[in-house]
Amino acid sequence: MKTHEADIFRKRSLTERWIAAVLFTCAAVSIVVTAGIIAVLLFETMDFFGRVSLSDFFLDTQWTPLFADKHFGIWPLMAGTMLTTLFAMLTALPLGLSIAIFLSEYAPERIRRFLKPIIEILAGIPTVVYGYFALTFMTPLLQKFIPDLAGFNSLGPGIVMGIMITPIVASLSEDAIYSVPASLREGALALGSTRLRALRHVILPTAFSGIAASFILGLSRAVGETMIVAIAAGQQPVLTLDPRVPIETMTAYIVQVSLGDTPHGTLEYSTIFAVGSMLFVITLTFNLIALYLKKKIQRGVL
Amino acid sequence: MSISNEHPYMSVTAASNDAHTENGIRRDYTGLREDAALIKTAGLTAWFGSMQALKGIDINIAAGKVTAIIGPSGCGKSTFIRCLNRMHEVVPGARVEGSIFYREHNVYAPNVNPVMLRRQIGMVFQKPNPFPMMSIKENVLAGLPLQGKNTTNRDEIAERALRQAALWDEVKDVLDKPGSSISGGQQQRLCIARALAIEPEILLMDEPCSALDPIATAKIEDLIHTLRQTITIIIVTHNMQQAARVSDYTAFFYMGELVEYSDTDTMFRAPHNSRTEDYITGRFG
Ligand SMILES: Nc1ncnc2c1ncn2[C@@H]1O[C@H](COP(=O)(O)OP(=O)(O)OP(=O)(O)O)[C@@H](O)[C@H]1O
Ligand SMILES: [Mg+2]
Repeated sequence: MKTHEADIFRKRSLTERWIAAVLFTCAAVSIVVTAGIIAVLLFETMDFFGRVSLSDFFLDTQWTPLFADKHFGIWPLMAGTMLTTLFAMLTALPLGLSIAIFLSEYAPERIRRFLKPIIEILAGIPTVVYGYFALTFMTPLLQKFIPDLAGFNSLGPGIVMGIMITPIVASLSEDAIYSVPASLREGALALGSTRLRALRHVILPTAFSGIAASFILGLSRAVGETMIVAIAAGQQPVLTLDPRVPIETMTAYIVQVSLGDTPHGTLEYSTIFAVGSMLFVITLTFNLIALYLKKKIQRGVL
Repeated sequence: MSISNEHPYMSVTAASNDAHTENGIRRDYTGLREDAALIKTAGLTAWFGSMQALKGIDINIAAGKVTAIIGPSGCGKSTFIRCLNRMHEVVPGARVEGSIFYREHNVYAPNVNPVMLRRQIGMVFQKPNPFPMMSIKENVLAGLPLQGKNTTNRDEIAERALRQAALWDEVKDVLDKPGSSISGGQQQRLCIARALAIEPEILLMDEPCSALDPIATAKIEDLIHTLRQTITIIIVTHNMQQAARVSDYTAFFYMGELVEYSDTDTMFRAPHNSRTEDYITGRFG
């Protein structure tokens, strides 16, 4: 008895304390770096809005900071992002949810265990590959059906972006559906339900917040996705909802300016921080919603 | 052929009343005269993969009566009742041999649709499993959308089922609250109401009181007493007193076999088999 008590109150060993210190440093560094990024973003954005008014930014419908006649209306870029995101989600939701339902409800356990990691690997393909896939395959393919589709457009990259996001949506939705307790599934079947009706009336509603979380995470990936749209959607910030014409997304604009020859410190250059802040706010909002929904599942509120 | 939807059980009840008056017949091995049985199994064998959970069960279940299934943990009680409404096969790798007749239907015949069968043979599980996304009222009526039915007299059906389950007075003012927001005992009665709302001919209950306190248990036992007039009940229980209180017939299962089956009085007063006696007197299990 006495020795046990001694064990409990003994000081942690030196190595243990060293490891804890190293781990703490790693965690602290990542937090400091993140905070630094946000601080720089904030600082530069304040600088931008010192020179361009909020109303010019939010109310103008033209985005021409790189031209002589400068306009700073964010909406053309927002519209570009919304268009590509819309097509991405229209692709990823049905595809991802179907895969999730198939894997969790219909595939035998053996096939599920084999397919799920493969789908998760798909999420690791570099996005530049998807970008050229959109430019050299998807758009030409779509042009067969939509003859006046431009070489750069929002539809092709949007669909390819949806394919890129599908694994995330499928994997997270599958987790949510699979974690619905068997007792609920059995309860529905014992009431004389077909498997499809049990899915529709009991299982999907129960897994709803998990599925919604997967959608929102997918959405924030789509909003923040850069490579595909920079390669295949164009560089023309026009305020349009036409899926056939070249557009420019917020992310693609940031790439354009940071890779171009715009000198640092100029007003033109500082636009990318304003656009970056917008992106940050949008994706942060989505991620917080997703986090909230996931918490709800873990609490068992479902 | 699908399991028919009409409810001709009255005629069978008449037959079982016959059997009730003829005392000797109830004590044969299958427990009941053949023509009084609503369910007859022959050589019923059930497997989980390579594990055999039931080893040739022959039993006749009386129409319009309460039959209790007792036996030590793991002896196959749940497996047995899950075979009756074909819920056993929902478990991956589970299979069944032998035959079960429900009326004139061979339950495991290839042309029997288990979905239709389960509308006649309802089930209440050991752990209350209300659907968490549905309100109390939606839970009671869950069988309607799940069977693809659209009924106008929803309020009426919900009230009747909740009254039958002795829950109406407790929840009539909170029908729109989530089904999981009430106590465990109320949840279990909600699940019973949900099963009764689809008007099954047989109700299978798998240890419905094991998670409940004595008061909630007493309520469910009262409920079984009331229901027995309109419905055939098969109840699994670990509680000897409960079996003695609620059932007309009792079956003792041991290691996947049916060891003894007789009317409940005989079973508890003068069991024939020594293992039965050991079990009900608490010497093992
Ligand atoms: N899903 C399953 N997979 C594999 N074996 C199972 C499964 N369910 C039950 N079994 C086994 O089948 C046998 C019978 O189980 P069953 O659940 O019918 O017992 P029971 O009499 O209901 O027990 P209890 O009183 O504990 O509920 C047990 O040996 C059990 O281990
Ligand atoms: Mg059991």
